[in-house]
Amino acid sequence: MWNNRSLVAQLTSEHVLIVLTSTLVAIAIGVPSGIAMSRRPKLMKPVLTFANVVQTIPSLALFGFLIPLPFLGGIGATTAVVALVLYSLLPIIRGTFAGISGVDPGVREAGRGMGMTEAQLLWHVELPLALPVIFSGIRVATVVAVGVATIAAAVGAGGLGMFIYRGVSMIDNRLILAGAIPAALLALTADWCLGALERSFMRRTHR
Amino acid sequence: MRPIIEFRNVCFSLDGRMILDNVSFQIQRGQTLVLLGRSGSGKTTILKLINGLLKPTSGAVLFEDASTADLDPIRLRRQIGYVIQEVGLFPHYTVERNVGLVPRLEQWPAEKIAARVREMLHLVGLDPDVFCQRFPRELSGGQRQRVGVARALAADPPVLALDEPFGALDPITRSEVRREFRNLQDRLRKTMIFVTHDVQEAFQLATHIALLKDGRMIAIVEPEDFARIEHPEARAFVESLN
Repeated sequence: MWNNRSLVAQLTSEHVLIVLTSTLVAIAIGVPSGIAMSRRPKLMKPVLTFANVVQTIPSLALFGFLIPLPFLGGIGATTAVVALVLYSLLPIIRGTFAGISGVDPGVREAGRGMGMTEAQLLWHVELPLALPVIFSGIRVATVVAVGVATIAAAVGAGGLGMFIYRGVSMIDNRLILAGAIPAALLALTADWCLGALERSFMRRTHR
Repeated sequence: MRPIIEFRNVCFSLDGRMILDNVSFQIQRGQTLVLLGRSGSGKTTILKLINGLLKPTSGAVLFEDASTADLDPIRLRRQIGYVIQEVGLFPHYTVERNVGLVPRLEQWPAEKIAARVREMLHLVGLDPDVFCQRFPRELSGGQRQRVGVARALAADPPVLALDEPFGALDPITRSEVRREFRNLQDRLRKTMIFVTHDVQEAFQLATHIALLKDGRMIAIVEPEDFARIEHPEARAFVESLN
């Protein structure tokens, strides 16, 4: 591993980039969807069904399905990002929805009864109170994405999966570990960073 | 004198079920109207019709001669302090931020809010230096209730709507808080609508008692006349006193 350190560094940064992009896109889609679902329960079934179905597709198959698609697919990192976004949606949507639905109805009613607008209620009451549950969804999504992203090497997206595939085909455990260990460390680091981010958000909104 | 709040033949139904049936009454400025009735009699519905959380199915609710259907609900609600049973304090806000909520929504300058919060906490008998930085979970039930009242009063609304505000308190704290509230009432002279199922509370606080049963208003009387209401429900409440 040490001999390959510059390659490890390069593949790790590719990996990080894929996970970071996909998680940010998934948050940008998932959190508003979860909010919309909490406002219109009718949306709940179709949205959750879609996210659930996507979740059940084996990741390698999903990469395969995406390759022939224009814009979203092809060989390379785009396919990986699209697939990871799809995988990350379910925990993020579900976390947002559960977090907002879990806000004490008395608190919501008091806010509304005192003349808060719907937007004020959302930003100052519902989202801050739902924050821990939303974050737990994001953390799950990120950790899963770090793992699934190793498979993305199969569609030419690069990342730490390169080592793992190469190691498997060459029956070289050291090469597999050169991919697996940094990936595991990456998952732990991501989880820790998100925990720190959550705490800083909490300090700002809970006062 | 013009009433500050008036119900004209108000009906309210939800999913085809009649919750309020043709209710009419008036509240004058400075009165404390206690809505008395069992659970499900429609008292809370009346309160929510006043602050526009619900809209009447038919009839009209007037606030200062304007139908609440025509008023901006946000403007209307900021003129009506609101206290509910489980208080509804924001668990992620300190006492200071909770009490200052409506003034901040109204964009008062920060110093004015801070001064007002201290004044309100003094008013409800809580030392601001001790309580300002606490979170609701660090308060007893009675203290939470006081903070709830302070929050409702903070922007100096002309009307207070209270939905069984002391319902969750133990009997001793309850009678203490009620006594303090009575003193507060005498000092502030606000118009109040107070929902309760406790007839003793009604007698202690009301200038007028409205008795409700199954969505109908049986009578609206001054407390002295309550015992004279010729209705089994009124007798049932009077008997519950003994």
